[in-house]
Amino acid sequence: MSRSHSPPALMARLLLGLVVLVSLAPLLLVLINAFKPHAEIVQNPLSLPGSLAPANFKAAWIGGNFSVGLVNSLLLTGTTVLVTVVFSSLAAFPLARRRIVIWKLVTLYFLCSVTVPIQLFLFPLYFLYARLGLIGNVFATALIIAAINLPLSVMLLRTYVLTIPAELDDAAFIDGATPWQTFLYVILPLMKPGCVTVAVIVALNTWNEFLITSTFQQGDAGFTMTLGYRAMAGVMSADRGIMMAGACIVIVPIIAFFLFLQRLFVEGMTAGAVKG
Amino acid sequence: MSQAAERDWSYYLFVLPALLLSACVILVPALLTLILAFTDWDGVSRPVWLGLDNFRDLLSDITFWRAIFNNVKWTVIFLTIPMAIALVVASLLLTRRRSQRVYQIIFLLPYVLSPIANASIWSNMIFDQRSGVLGYLNKRLLPMQDPLGHVSTALYTVASVDIWHFWGYLAVVFFAAMRQVPTDQLEAAYLEGAGGWQIFRHVTLPNILPTIALMFVMVTIFSFLTFDYVYLMTGGGPAHSTELLSTLAYGFAFRSFEVGKAAAIGLFMSLFGLIAAVAYVWMSRESVRR
Repeated sequence: MSRSHSPPALMARLLLGLVVLVSLAPLLLVLINAFKPHAEIVQNPLSLPGSLAPANFKAAWIGGNFSVGLVNSLLLTGTTVLVTVVFSSLAAFPLARRRIVIWKLVTLYFLCSVTVPIQLFLFPLYFLYARLGLIGNVFATALIIAAINLPLSVMLLRTYVLTIPAELDDAAFIDGATPWQTFLYVILPLMKPGCVTVAVIVALNTWNEFLITSTFQQGDAGFTMTLGYRAMAGVMSADRGIMMAGACIVIVPIIAFFLFLQRLFVEGMTAGAVKG
Repeated sequence: MSQAAERDWSYYLFVLPALLLSACVILVPALLTLILAFTDWDGVSRPVWLGLDNFRDLLSDITFWRAIFNNVKWTVIFLTIPMAIALVVASLLLTRRRSQRVYQIIFLLPYVLSPIANASIWSNMIFDQRSGVLGYLNKRLLPMQDPLGHVSTALYTVASVDIWHFWGYLAVVFFAAMRQVPTDQLEAAYLEGAGGWQIFRHVTLPNILPTIALMFVMVTIFSFLTFDYVYLMTGGGPAHSTELLSTLAYGFAFRSFEVGKAAAIGLFMSLFGLIAAVAYVWMSRESVRR
């Protein structure tokens, strides 16, 4: 088509190309410098590495204590996802079907708690956790992150239940099913795609979460991967090669996870955000 | 509404776990914050009732006012720059039928990475005097200082890193909204000889306005809560030039253990948030009515 070679189309391409460059350049810098010794980076951070020796990665893996961090990150993320998905799918069902008298009040409560600043509850919660000896406990921290993710998840899954015809519940009721059986055998199978979307988004949020995680997961034994990387930055920042290898270790799994499930990510991020 | 399946007490059990967790983690501590804001508390010993002293102290604290001003600046920056970039890029993506998916993935990459990694990458590889690209340019081409170290540039520098991380999300949301614009409207405008800008102004824009409005509110809320990038890259410095309400409250609670004052700031942030929250709930009202 001749249209795609017109000046405006060329401009569009140039502009998009520029944006791609700005988006990717910092990440490419990480990749090339992860393989360079510190002296080489100081000389020229833009040069390509001379070899692909993994020495920096070995040092970073030990320096960042990533074998502990990986386990903690997986436990924290797994627990948060499990709690959020189970609790929000349960709550979404009666809220969407208006099966309880106070459904409006509960929906409003969840809507309001979407916008509550973490600083409104962080400080008493921290000192309460400290008194209970829960600082550094991955599962206790996961409950906090789950509570923060609950409202949006409930709202998202609620819209999923709304797409399921209510006649299906009625049929189950006439056949003598209890509410619990209706949920388990009629509603839940049909809202599985919604649950998967919520799980993916919550997993990403939890893996990357900083404020809660850094406040409540104190002490080396409780460090997640990103916290381990941050601690390493304090000690080893003198060697930028090792630092960038550490950054690689932290970001490559997320990028892989994202690329693998990108359709779900885009769906989850735009669900509820697009109005009209 | 269906009549066959009656309301049943057991339905309350479905909502109970979510409500209970939310109450323990958010509602009860939030009410405690409300009380603590009027006390002097170090986090361990018994709180001492102060009345309005915390608020009086804050209102006469120049750093507090600077933090508010920085939050307002941050909000204005985020309501304009990433919004504009995202709108332009999203409408450009509409013309790239085959490659739009790849572009979306690339634009979302910074968004899905952790703030700790992103902040470290920019500090070490771009801004740093010894190992960053700016330091390299400083040594060879033109004198350039670390923009994070200067009172006049630090806030804008951190904001630009956060924008680099965040704008892709807006672009993907706007793009999804633009794709839902009815094609017959676009075709009619095209047949009547409307140009690209006219089509955007009179067809696309009115159709995606509800989405833009919602993002406007969300960005406002997040701008008042923002914490990660500032805390990680400057910690509020140099000389409080990047201090935000969130970093100030965090410092009071965990550095000087003036938890009462931190609670007062938290309350103040919520008050700002409340205005945006009312708008958010009002926009989501159809989800309650439906």
